[in-house]
Amino acid sequence: MTEPSKTPTTSWTPRIVAFFCNWCTYTAADLAGVSRMKHASNVRIIRLMCSGRVDPQFVLDALAKGADGVLIGGCHPNDCHYAEGNYKCLRRYELLQRMLADMGIESDRLRLEWISAAEGEKVKRVINEMVETVTRLGPLGIPQKFDAWDREMEDFAERIAAREAAAGGHAGHGTEPQTMEPAHV
Amino acid sequence: MKPIVPKKHEPVRIGYYICHCGTNIAAMVDVEAVAKYVATLPNVAVSRHYKYMCSDPGQELIQQDIREHRLNRIVVEACSPLLHEHTFRKATEAAGLNPFYCQMVNTREHNSWVHTDRAEATRKAMALAHAAIERVPHHKSLEVKKVPINPDVLIVGGGIAGIHAALTLANAGKMVYLVEREPTIGGHMAKFDKTYPTLDCAMCVLSPKMAAVGSHPNIHLWTYSEVAKVDGYVGNFQVTVRRKPRYIVEDLCTGCQECVAACVFKEPKFPDEFNLGLGKRKPVFLPFAQAIPPIVMIDPEVCLNFKRGKNPDGTHTVSDKCKKTCVQACGDRKAIDFKQTEETKNITVGTIVMATGFKIFDARRTPFFGYGIYPNVYNALEVERLINASGPTEGEIVLRNGQRPKKVAIVHCVGSRDENTNRWCSRVCCLYSLKLAHLIKEHTDAEVYNFYIDMRTPGKGMEEFYNRVAEEGMHLIRGKVADVYPDPNDGATGRVVVQAEDTLTNKILKIPVDMVVLSVGLEPHPEADNLRRLFNLSCSSEGWFLERHVKLAPVSTFTDGIFLAGCCQGPKDIPDSVAQAGAAAAEAMALIDKGHIEQEPNTAYILADECSGCKSCIPLCPYSAISFDESRQKAIINEALCKGCGTCVAACPSGSIVQNLFEDDEIFSEIEGLLAPVPA
Ligand SMILES: Cc1cc2nc3c(=O)[nH]c(=O)nc-3n(C[C@H](O)[C@H](O)[C@H](O)COP(=O)(O)OP(=O)(O)OC[C@H]3O[C@@H](n4cnc5c(N)ncnc54)[C@H](O)[C@@H]3O)c2cc1C
Ligand code: FES
Repeated sequence: MTEPSKTPTTSWTPRIVAFFCNWCTYTAADLAGVSRMKHASNVRIIRLMCSGRVDPQFVLDALAKGADGVLIGGCHPNDCHYAEGNYKCLRRYELLQRMLADMGIESDRLRLEWISAAEGEKVKRVINEMVETVTRLGPLGIPQKFDAWDREMEDFAERIAAREAAAGGHAGHGTEPQTMEPAHV
Repeated sequence: MKPIVPKKHEPVRIGYYICHCGTNIAAMVDVEAVAKYVATLPNVAVSRHYKYMCSDPGQELIQQDIREHRLNRIVVEACSPLLHEHTFRKATEAAGLNPFYCQMVNTREHNSWVHTDRAEATRKAMALAHAAIERVPHHKSLEVKKVPINPDVLIVGGGIAGIHAALTLANAGKMVYLVEREPTIGGHMAKFDKTYPTLDCAMCVLSPKMAAVGSHPNIHLWTYSEVAKVDGYVGNFQVTVRRKPRYIVEDLCTGCQECVAACVFKEPKFPDEFNLGLGKRKPVFLPFAQAIPPIVMIDPEVCLNFKRGKNPDGTHTVSDKCKKTCVQACGDRKAIDFKQTEETKNITVGTIVMATGFKIFDARRTPFFGYGIYPNVYNALEVERLINASGPTEGEIVLRNGQRPKKVAIVHCVGSRDENTNRWCSRVCCLYSLKLAHLIKEHTDAEVYNFYIDMRTPGKGMEEFYNRVAEEGMHLIRGKVADVYPDPNDGATGRVVVQAEDTLTNKILKIPVDMVVLSVGLEPHPEADNLRRLFNLSCSSEGWFLERHVKLAPVSTFTDGIFLAGCCQGPKDIPDSVAQAGAAAAEAMALIDKGHIEQEPNTAYILADECSGCKSCIPLCPYSAISFDESRQKAIINEALCKGCGTCVAACPSGSIVQNLFEDDEIFSEIEGLLAPVPA
């Protein structure tokens, strides 16, 4: 098998953003290229120096801008070019998975893989698997959902306003206004 | 010439170039369509496709456009930046623009070479281009950091590769630290009698080089030593070396070996490592006659002056139970020191050459060949020692029972080209098998049977060597040996039967022989993985150290300043090991003689106004580059220590750390461009 089978009924194919560390996984992807290991064309790779540079916001931003999945690649444990950036990445990945679950996003849409510079074959396998999995999950379509979410928020605001009006403008008293700091890892 | 830095509000003008790379890219990507598409993107002033962007005319094209079209950003969509980023940055700089305004897009390794649908690959090329077009407006003018390089070199491993690299560097006036794990340098080559293809005597060519290493004023030779720790980076590695106690003061020992003669053990009694246990030595011994340094050592495991067994911390305790005739013999040279302990040396070097070689395949892993079961089954290295005039039998090829073999089988590819053990071809075994066949015939006039899978004799003079040896009249049988078992007709002499299928005649052969030689393959050291971690190297899936690029950077590694020589990078013969060692030495010298290292300016810095002083970044830095200014309550990054991983940047809750070349805005806009719709 070189490319995963595509669902014949629709012309949709997933778009996956990958963040690969310069030293292992990016090089492995180069090796897959040099060795002409054919694989699915849905993954677009962004090079970072280390998987430790992967800011969870990059992942969220990619999903928000229309990616159907995100793949992170780093060196194997103990092999990070910068000693332990990959552990930091792993920690953030675990937290991020919890957050995605809360947001109703399937955990299979985010994948973290350790791929050494010699594992061109693994790049091919992981990309093909990921494309197959995300194809099965279907489009994530977050940009399309923004309109619906905006409408929901507006409805919500209207309902609150209406309730406040009905209560004579006293409803909000006594409770502290709640502000939320954005979550950081 | 000071590079042009676009003014703050000067409009961004991008020049975009997609390379055909002959047909490597153009066959799978419609480069013309991509160039047309990119021309429609914001800020793009020029969009072209060209046959070979990395060629002189290709680079000239960029430079001309920069001048004529006042370009201030360059995007080249071609091969991997790991290959040509440098080329295009240089071209950009040559036209007067700061090189860091140039961005490469990898559309060959990550696109045209790995996909099969031209329309999809073209769309991917467009998306990748779009990402770069969105990214480059955020690029800044940056300066390459220059840091001085320490001119000293560390060489790890003193086989022929390490020896040659050390001499090359030392003769060029560089200070070399050569660290060898064993008590003597020489590696495997020191064990051979003759070497193919010329059949010249191994020690005749090796021992002058070994002696030169031992006496060279520019070489610190530390044998029986190991590297324990490596810190720092190219130009400035801090290395800790552990020197194990040999219970002899090196500077005082003259190598006279009078202590060996005087030892209370009148006869050698203990298996001798250098002869792979085929010979015997005393508790105090010189590894072999031409050992360098020519200094004896004491084995505390068997010396009567030590208590039996190791302490839990690996040291040995002196028992003082021996008459110490050795000490008396040494007299006022006072070179023997039973209280010697491990010594730690700390050195700083700018570059490192790894030359740790290989280990031979352990034939006990393939028990059907009978190694370790039948006494007359030997591995090739043992036979090298038997043939060697200074070996345990003084060059007499005799079996363990003292008899000369009349029939000898040589089994090729043991632990090579085999799914169950090692898949690779060890490259030297066919040829050394022919060498051994010739030498065994010469020494014993025995009937020699070579069992091979394929006869592989590439390289200068090798096929000629094969023809020459084959004409001497040995049996060459194409077939894999399936079994070795005791000869039912002749059990007493230890004779065995070698069973194989001759694949040329399709006959099963059962040949009784007196001696079997297993041509064992070459393997990475089992500790290669630890070494790799110690030096932050990569290994191939087989465990050989990985070179930076198979063809274009075969002795460099992914860690700047560390080079590879000899068999630690993969199986090879002596000529290739020496050639590689010379190349590694030259690469190290190229760095040293430049006097400084140019560092990628991808370091991070703190936007002090925005830093909230939360300190989350500080423990994340593996290089302790971040400190805290208590008076201002702000974190500070020491640029000299920062290696540019970006881990702190990703963790800063207030977004107040910026990594040059990988700024948040640069990545976010790359994501944006990647996911922008592309024409169907
Ligand atoms: C049986 C046999 C016969 C051969 N015959 C021939 C021949 O006739 N002609 C030919 O061209 N080639 C021959 N070869 C191949 C030849 O042995 C190699 O090409 C050559 O030895 C490679 O040299 P090297 O320095 O890379 O490795 P080695 O010779 O393995 O030397 C490596 C050195 O590094 C040391 N070391 C290892 N680990 C460490 C560590 N962690 N720290 C410090 N030091 C370390 C080792 O102790 C050793 O001294 C033969 C090989 C075999 C097995
Ligand atoms: S460099 Fe690869 S994960 Fe850190």
